[in-house]
Amino acid sequence: MLQEILHRLLTSIPTLLGISFLVFLTLRATPGDPARIMLGERASEQALAELRRELGLDKPWYIQYGRFLKGVLRGDLGRSIKTREKIIVEIKNRFPATMELAIASMIFATTLGILAGIISSTRRYSFLDYGTMIGALMGVSMPIFWLGLLLILVFSVNLGWFPVSGRLNPQLSLQTITNFYIVDSLLTGNWAALKDALWHLVLPAVALGTIPLSIITRMTRSSMLEVLGQEFIRTAYAKGLSERWVIYKHALRNALIPIITVTGLQLGFLLGGAILTETIFAWPGVGRWLVLAVQARDFPAVQGGAMLLATTFVLINLLVDLLYRYVDPRVKG
Amino acid sequence: MWTPELKDEKEKRRREKEWYGSTEVPLILRYPSTSPRKTWYRFKKNKAALAGGILLLLFLTSALLAPYLAPYDPLAQDLYGRLKPPVWDLKGSWEHPLGTDDFGRDILSRILYGARISFQVGLVSVGISLGFGIIFGTLSGYYSGALDHLIMRFMDLLLAFPGILLAILIVAVLGPGLFNAMIAIGIVGIPEYARIVRASVLVERHREYVQAARSLGARDLRILLLTILPNCFAPILVKTTLGFATAIVEAAGLSFLGLGAQPPTPEWGAMLNQARILILRAWWVITFPGLAIFLSTLGFNLLGDGLRDVLDPRLK
Repeated sequence: MLQEILHRLLTSIPTLLGISFLVFLTLRATPGDPARIMLGERASEQALAELRRELGLDKPWYIQYGRFLKGVLRGDLGRSIKTREKIIVEIKNRFPATMELAIASMIFATTLGILAGIISSTRRYSFLDYGTMIGALMGVSMPIFWLGLLLILVFSVNLGWFPVSGRLNPQLSLQTITNFYIVDSLLTGNWAALKDALWHLVLPAVALGTIPLSIITRMTRSSMLEVLGQEFIRTAYAKGLSERWVIYKHALRNALIPIITVTGLQLGFLLGGAILTETIFAWPGVGRWLVLAVQARDFPAVQGGAMLLATTFVLINLLVDLLYRYVDPRVKG
Repeated sequence: MWTPELKDEKEKRRREKEWYGSTEVPLILRYPSTSPRKTWYRFKKNKAALAGGILLLLFLTSALLAPYLAPYDPLAQDLYGRLKPPVWDLKGSWEHPLGTDDFGRDILSRILYGARISFQVGLVSVGISLGFGIIFGTLSGYYSGALDHLIMRFMDLLLAFPGILLAILIVAVLGPGLFNAMIAIGIVGIPEYARIVRASVLVERHREYVQAARSLGARDLRILLLTILPNCFAPILVKTTLGFATAIVEAAGLSFLGLGAQPPTPEWGAMLNQARILILRAWWVITFPGLAIFLSTLGFNLLGDGLRDVLDPRLK
């Protein structure tokens, strides 16, 4: 297993290198002088020269790429043009927010999705089944940003149940340790903050989790249906086992492999979807920050954010792949 | 008591009926046929696909006939008629069936014209993805070896980014705007098409009819374009239909982030973006453009799923 992990880690290095090169190209491929684009038309020649030197634009491209790579490896992604803050610091503050949101949506999507899929598959062609399937079909086509706005409209504006935006009520104070607010409030025993942070998390997590939820529901249903038709299930029933036992102990375990695969694929989707969700809910994560950086043409920040999200994406896929091998020992690569 | 075998038998019979019309058909005819008549028959039986087709008909009608259907100019402002609610509201009127936005523009007209833009987005983006996907996919599948390796590694690299992130990066380079967003979405889609085309070409190229064509003296290009590609039609058609849905949502997403269509263009995502600040005052400004995105995406998804079931059951 350890050898397997090492092997997979090594083989993902070319991908990561490729990603870093593509991300590096985003600055180089921009038509015109990047320094002028960043500073605007009225920038002085001196400021332009200074920025060019700072970005290393006066050097040939391979030296620039080498420097960029060296920086990435040392965790130095340069400074944001807009805020002059170190990009790695900006990311450190925001990345936990994105991860917290992604994890919450994943929990929402998997628990509800597997449950709905099981119910749907054991009561095939019932109203419940049709309802679930129509709901899942609609969920897949739902634009996240519209769903987010609708959720705000109904549950925040009209019903007043949940906060409109943000991560924590500004009147509450929370000592940050990990920047995962749920973890921090648990560590410090700050129950008021925990309740508030969870409350803020509900709507964004639902908005972000709806598409994965629909996909997981559909996958669970079809995977369960396939397993339920097999002979060992009939044997289990013949032995006199209760329906609940057969479904959860015999069927679900065998149906789990394709479900894990889709779930893993959805994790990557969540990182992309977080960009939209964070913008709607003013969630202070990497995604929203990245969009603002693109709008401000803050290229070092764009590079840093993109590098981080793409690397996380690759690592998550790697993790899922390993988990998959663990669950299904038949898979050998 | 739950009886698996009884349910199974029923399901089998139901499926067979769905596929071949009757279970009393000689075995030789039961083999899934791809003849147009059978395909159309199966398609008609598929209610979800039919619903998708109807939604798309609505979408296409509004896209093509927007200038004739729209009661107003989508850009015409009426500062005295701002934020009028839709007709079924107490304060609404038939003048503006879906109400007006904060500039007094008629929302129905803007949505109808928005269909036009979304349709263009679909055509251009899917066109880019499909065109390059076919080129890369056929080259990769037909020639294999080093070229295949090179192309597919590059495709893997593109797939190593979450889709919207890659689109955002490309827009960051090209600059915000609707056309650049279409290009970005088109590029993001290439790897998926390339993979599908490659997989089909890999299957087809060893078939006997290809060998027959070659033994008759056909050259590579002729074999690729006229012999192999037409036989890869089904999975490509399914992917293209589903791809329209993805392209429309992604373009609307980019516009929503302010990176795609710019105001005052009546693009659905851009309309939602502008309407965000009105969430406390005017629900209709947020509801209808999003509904339009949702319904057209749903239409393409339903049709794509249906086509897949009808054209190639193995893909299910």
